Amino acid sequence: MAALPSLRNTAPWRVLDGFGISARAASRWVQPRSVDELANIIRRAADEDLKITFRGNGRSYGDAALNAGQLVVDNRGMTRVLSFDRERGTIELEPGATIETMWRTGVPAGYWPHVVPGTMFPTMGGCVAMNIHGKNCFKAGPYGDHVQELDLLTASGELKTLSREQDPELFRATIAGLGLLGAVTRVKLGMKKIESGRVKVRPITTPNLNAMFDCFVERMPQSDYLVGWIDCFAGGSGLGRGLVHQANYLSAAEDPAGRALLDNDKQVLPPKIMGVPRSILWRVMKLMTNDPGMKFVNAVKYMLPETFDSSGTFTNTHVAFAFLLDSVPNWRNAYGDSGFIQYQMFVPDSTARAAMAEALEHCRKQGVVSYLGVFKRHKPDEFLLSHGLDGWSLALDFAVTPGNAQKLFAVTRDLTKIVLDAGGVFYPAKDAVVDADSFARAYGDRLTRFLDIKHRVDPQSVFQNDQARRLGLV
Amino acid sequence: MSAPAAGTAIRTKSPHPSKFERAIVVGASSGMGAELAKQLAAEGAHVALVGRRESELEAVAATIRAAGGRAIVAKHDVTAYEDVPRVYEALTKEMGGLDLLVYCSGAQYNPDESVYDFAQDREMIEVNVIGAIAWTQLAAAHFEAQRGGTIVGISSIAGERGRRTMPGYTTSKAAMSTWMEALRNRIARYGVNVVTIKPGFVDTAKTAHLEKKPMVISPAKAAELILKAAHRGGSPSVFVPGQWQLVALIIRHIPSFLFRKLNL
Repeated sequence: MAALPSLRNTAPWRVLDGFGISARAASRWVQPRSVDELANIIRRAADEDLKITFRGNGRSYGDAALNAGQLVVDNRGMTRVLSFDRERGTIELEPGATIETMWRTGVPAGYWPHVVPGTMFPTMGGCVAMNIHGKNCFKAGPYGDHVQELDLLTASGELKTLSREQDPELFRATIAGLGLLGAVTRVKLGMKKIESGRVKVRPITTPNLNAMFDCFVERMPQSDYLVGWIDCFAGGSGLGRGLVHQANYLSAAEDPAGRALLDNDKQVLPPKIMGVPRSILWRVMKLMTNDPGMKFVNAVKYMLPETFDSSGTFTNTHVAFAFLLDSVPNWRNAYGDSGFIQYQMFVPDSTARAAMAEALEHCRKQGVVSYLGVFKRHKPDEFLLSHGLDGWSLALDFAVTPGNAQKLFAVTRDLTKIVLDAGGVFYPAKDAVVDADSFARAYGDRLTRFLDIKHRVDPQSVFQNDQARRLGLV
Repeated sequence: MSAPAAGTAIRTKSPHPSKFERAIVVGASSGMGAELAKQLAAEGAHVALVGRRESELEAVAATIRAAGGRAIVAKHDVTAYEDVPRVYEALTKEMGGLDLLVYCSGAQYNPDESVYDFAQDREMIEVNVIGAIAWTQLAAAHFEAQRGGTIVGISSIAGERGRRTMPGYTTSKAAMSTWMEALRNRIARYGVNVVTIKPGFVDTAKTAHLEKKPMVISPAKAAELILKAAHRGGSPSVFVPGQWQLVALIIRHIPSFLFRKLNL
């Protein structure tokens, strides 16, 4: 057989970015279409001393799927549903299949993914690597909790099937393992049986941060989904004011008409929002993406439900409720060429109220205010580098501009100190700013154990990415 | 270009720099390339000299070092396209990044009008076009990602029209000018400065055989004007010297049925 051309010399180059736009890198890029091709690429890359990063739809906000100067292996050439069991609700997918693939397969049979993030575009490979979570993480746990089995192609070329029974240690390191242990080539998951194509949503206005915590504590037992939106501009007694969305699945008895919505054609995103077509909405938003504009938007968002919602609840299709971010295609472009970062802090229950109040107040004092604050409750899970904990998270979106980058970075360092002092952790899917020492402090012994496994299954350290190098994970 | 937040993944656009810190000059063994390398080094840039003729490159590097400048040398044939990533990466690694890439390699044959020589035409396309694409697009990818950097391509006024006396050369320079224009349209918005240089007659080995050389300038003078354009920023396309702009304007507007009658 003729020698294959060198990847180093002939692979095309691509400029790829993180979802926040602010992190980007030029790298070589390939898109294998089969496990054989993938195995071949891994072998050749190792021979040529090229480092590999796996990438799906690029939904990580920072540099998790970037690999400056090296090789990005795009999983979107492998997108099939390998099997779907309508009786049990189990599904097997290739790594490039997305959350969208999953729900489109499940909905007609009355299944919804146990866990979906705010967008339907993440691939299975990304979901495994990041152990993503949704608005129901306090109850359903993260994505990994619903993975029954997966296949991992390691640097040695071995295809290992992993589960809680079969090589459980590697299974628990691979999920939330940032793609650093090998290529996920198949994922098998359970899905949730649903009887209606919609959920019941109740918006609740909360006048400050403590009220938001209290609202969650009170409602968690009877909620399927709970998410808080925080107006980060508000201060004083209104610090942390916001809006909680509680949502619940509907049974056939509660919503007999909902069965007809178990139809992919009925699960659609709103075509227009406040009269503006979705496709151009980000351009309208761009006009608002500055401090005064966002102050206004946040204030309106805070006041609207109270002013106009008298019935207390409304219904939403699963898709419209779950994938709010997808309602505004290209919304990230509203931030302009320098983009934004998302800083998400995960803090234990015991320290969360004080730490989050301190974080919000600090941002206000520094004049670096998040345009959007998203608040959630989490629970611990079994995965080695997971961000899951018995605590709370607050995600903050900060616009980046050439002028504010230094100051913003200084503020994120302060936030990192708050998180560490509170005993918290970070979430690589969002992170663009944490340093290796802080990451090591947050994960401690778990990081040491992860690195042991990494050295064992990938001794040449073939699998790397910009983030892993920054965080000291390789 | 900058890392405003060291240790983070954030990169933002930065203003066009007043001086180049690290530069690669492809085709630096003689003529304008050698002069550009020397002048860049004199400005304080760390310069990588790339070319086929190692001893000539070393001589230029020695001159630079003797004057207190910093220069490194890489032997490379621009038609060895598959070597470009390796050479680019080795040089940028050694210099710790890159701010300026100059593509100065050029092949020129002016055969007698009775000659149809595919080998010569092919060489001009390979050196002037494909080599330029291989080098500049690799720099473009890195510069787009880092939101800054300057790419200078030495094309020629010869690319303005297809001329009966030099079909292969004019075709290659037209292609190179179009490539540079496309690159500019693609990445100028990211703060990358893409500069097309269209010299007239420069007194080098390539033009030694020509009898008439109107408005001829020395390689040193050409290099000075090229660097001036590169420093200015804003992705210009400039004639060197500037007087050629008027000539080009006229030449471009001569109708084809007249142009074919001119001995150009």
